[in-house]
Amino acid sequence: MNTVIFRTAAPYLTALMVVFSIFILLRGHNDPGGGFIGGLIAASAFAIYGIANGVAPVRRALYFHPITLAGFGLFLAGLAGIPSLFAGVPFLTGLWTFPHVFGVEVALSTPLVFDIGVYFVVVGAITAIALTLEERHEN
Amino acid sequence: MIDVNPTILFLLSPFLAALLSPPLVRLMGASAAWLLALVPLSVFIHLAGYVPQVAEGEAFTMGLSWAPSLGVNLSYYLDGLSLVFALLISGIGTLIILYAGGYLKGHKEHGRFIGFMFLFMGSMIGVVTADNLVALFIYWELTSITSFLLIGFDHDRMASRRAAIQALVVTGGGGLALLAGVVVLNLATGMNELSLILNSGDTLRESPFYLLVFWLVVAGAFTKSAQFPFHFWLPNAMEAPTPVSAYLHSATMVKAGVYLLMRMNPVLGDTTVWETVLPVFGTATLLVGTLLAVRQTDLKLMLAYTTVASLGLLVMLTGFGSEKAVEAAVYYLFAHALFKGALFMVAGLVDHESGTRDIRRLGGLRKAMPITFAAAALASLSMAGLPPFVGFMAKEEIYAAIAAGDAWSMAITALTVIGNALMLVIAAAVAIRPFLGAPVETPKPAHEGSPLLWVGPVNLAAVGLASAILSATTNHLVISPMSSAVAGSEVHAHAAIAFHIGLPLLLSVLTIALGVALFWLLPQLRYAMARALRSIGWGPDHGFDQFMSGLVALSAAITRIIQNGRLEGYMTTVFLVFGVAIWFSLYNYGELPDLPQFVAPTFYEAGIFLLALLGLAAVIYAHDRLTAIVSLGIQGFSVAVIFILFGAPDLAFTQFMVETLSVVILALVMTRLTLDKTDHRPFGEKSFDITVASVAGSGFAVLMLAVLQVPFDPRLSEFFSAYSRVVAHGRNIVNVIIVDFRGLDTLGEIAVVMIAGLGIIALIRIKGRQPRSEAEG
Repeated sequence: MNTVIFRTAAPYLTALMVVFSIFILLRGHNDPGGGFIGGLIAASAFAIYGIANGVAPVRRALYFHPITLAGFGLFLAGLAGIPSLFAGVPFLTGLWTFPHVFGVEVALSTPLVFDIGVYFVVVGAITAIALTLEERHEN
Repeated sequence: MIDVNPTILFLLSPFLAALLSPPLVRLMGASAAWLLALVPLSVFIHLAGYVPQVAEGEAFTMGLSWAPSLGVNLSYYLDGLSLVFALLISGIGTLIILYAGGYLKGHKEHGRFIGFMFLFMGSMIGVVTADNLVALFIYWELTSITSFLLIGFDHDRMASRRAAIQALVVTGGGGLALLAGVVVLNLATGMNELSLILNSGDTLRESPFYLLVFWLVVAGAFTKSAQFPFHFWLPNAMEAPTPVSAYLHSATMVKAGVYLLMRMNPVLGDTTVWETVLPVFGTATLLVGTLLAVRQTDLKLMLAYTTVASLGLLVMLTGFGSEKAVEAAVYYLFAHALFKGALFMVAGLVDHESGTRDIRRLGGLRKAMPITFAAAALASLSMAGLPPFVGFMAKEEIYAAIAAGDAWSMAITALTVIGNALMLVIAAAVAIRPFLGAPVETPKPAHEGSPLLWVGPVNLAAVGLASAILSATTNHLVISPMSSAVAGSEVHAHAAIAFHIGLPLLLSVLTIALGVALFWLLPQLRYAMARALRSIGWGPDHGFDQFMSGLVALSAAITRIIQNGRLEGYMTTVFLVFGVAIWFSLYNYGELPDLPQFVAPTFYEAGIFLLALLGLAAVIYAHDRLTAIVSLGIQGFSVAVIFILFGAPDLAFTQFMVETLSVVILALVMTRLTLDKTDHRPFGEKSFDITVASVAGSGFAVLMLAVLQVPFDPRLSEFFSAYSRVVAHGRNIVNVIIVDFRGLDTLGEIAVVMIAGLGIIALIRIKGRQPRSEAEG
């Protein structure tokens, strides 16, 4: 799999896939998509990058250890339940706000934070597994 | 919308301080302690505002609803008992934060340490103020976990790690008992709030669950409060840095068990079993603790064992069963928190400045450390039970409460006198040996520590003196309300330092005489104890190790049987069980589906179906494994396309990604296993595997058919399509269900994903390390 074409194309492909995954994540509430699928796409992106160029560049590019990302995601998802505590509604009840930024209505909500958390858990856990496996392959 | 009693914010503020500690210490160094100590100080001042009203017999409840459908609330209850405890925790906590600031100055994890201390403080305040049983349990467990972090703070030392695990196992085990106790308590009373249970009169005592609740609560309390035979973890926990010992092991965590017993006394007490079990174990703990303390030469360990003894004394008094005894227990608890906190800090201070805690290598420090000496002297006079200190009043109250003519009281009184005399011996040893006599060469040239270090012990010792001199105020504001809460009826304390000629004074004199005599014999006594312990040769501490290694051996044996490491075995079992279970139940209950009507597929449906079949055929006829894996992917993708055709784009989307990733990961795994490239199964094995696969596969197919033939119940999908847009602002029902309607499920699922990820990484690393370590060796 170490062809020049693949190695050259992989970074662009990865970048594209990561951007696409974020797009999928954010549109998920109304159209097919969401944190889980988005996370899987991003995880495949990093797996591809790893297969093409080795694990070390992926780890450098990610900066954080992937499992840390997963932990952060879980933390974020849990955090999304906290505001409901103060609103006096059951844990994880969705709370919405629609502020106008430069005249455009933006829908912000705790389910969005929660979904981003799901995204990070999926990306982190699967990338962590894939990279560890690829690392052993290189050895 | 947000209606929160400010007191709750104060009760939760230590958790916030825990987050702020590491950055603040990094920024400001040790002086951050002055700033951070304002947090517990503000808690103390705020709570002190409740004192006048609580002294008048009022009690306060407040809280946030958490999961009301389960009866779980984050509710708090402030009465005499919880308020005094919370004041002790926040007040001593203020001094401890300062002390920790000075003690670990320059340590590279200084901020983290103070953060842990705050986490613990918040949990402990929660334990004593929680009203809801579940909240109480959660806080209780939090104290176990945070104390694990604190005891194991020097985690590169084996002894620290062992002590931390030991404390966690013992107190965590007790925590499980408490959880069961909480559940049964709810079954027995139907109530979840302590404030209600405490007013339920005899309901609990007459309940058939009484004994069960009693033993479960006692198990929780005894492990936490280090009662014999669970006392061993507390001295071992002295591996922790001294601020931890001074805080956790004097005034707070170990008192949680005593708190629980005191809290439950109005509803669980006043029964024969309560008034037998508690005094027996309490007195045993008192004796074991003091005798073992005599054996020690390390200042901290001596104090640790006397703490065990004092906890025994408190448990004994709580279970003694008279209002007078309750009052004595409250007095002693108050006195003990003050003098023991101060003495632990003194021990740490001596260690910090002189380089040793061994009393045989210390002496004559009074000139070098005059302030420390003053604090040590005041605190140990209180511990020894001499006037005019609060410790003296406590001891008088104890004797007044328990001394009576019957054999039971006489036995307990006699043992208590011995215990108190030994306590005096230790107090004298801790205060006199390091400070008086000729100066001894110490590892470091001793000099007075920084104000951060001595402000704590000096203050606590001074309060010990002041509260005795102002005994009327102490009685009114502290002792009476707390005793009333423990006894469940109004108690008016009126102890004073003035001598009352009578039995208690006589017993006090006897205690002091015995103590002084034993102090002169201390070296001989120590030697005798050491020899006695050697001849016994076994103790609960050793038993703990045996228990743990037995537990490990047992789980290893079970794992070897259930998880033998052969993948084929697991797969065969899983598929066979599934296949047989489905076929058997469908057949047995006559629910085999009818054959479905044949509908001619469109040409593209037929095409995709054909593709899936081709993929399957390729899997079966593939010559090497990699081809088989990729062919499996073909089949998976075809299924995903079918999902799209039948209107499930989300499912298809996920299926595509899962297929891709599983092919990648399977390929990676396969290349790493030492497998033959091709399949060499003998004919017999092959036909067995084919049978299993067919049974499982056809079973699932039949199950799907059967499900589809049951009339479709549209209620759920109607509900979601009706409310998804209106309530959750989303058109994609699948996503809305995942992140909103069933968000809690998802939270659990992603936690599983995360844990599975961690586990897999660990497994790969373990496997990967073996060849390398061989290469190195």
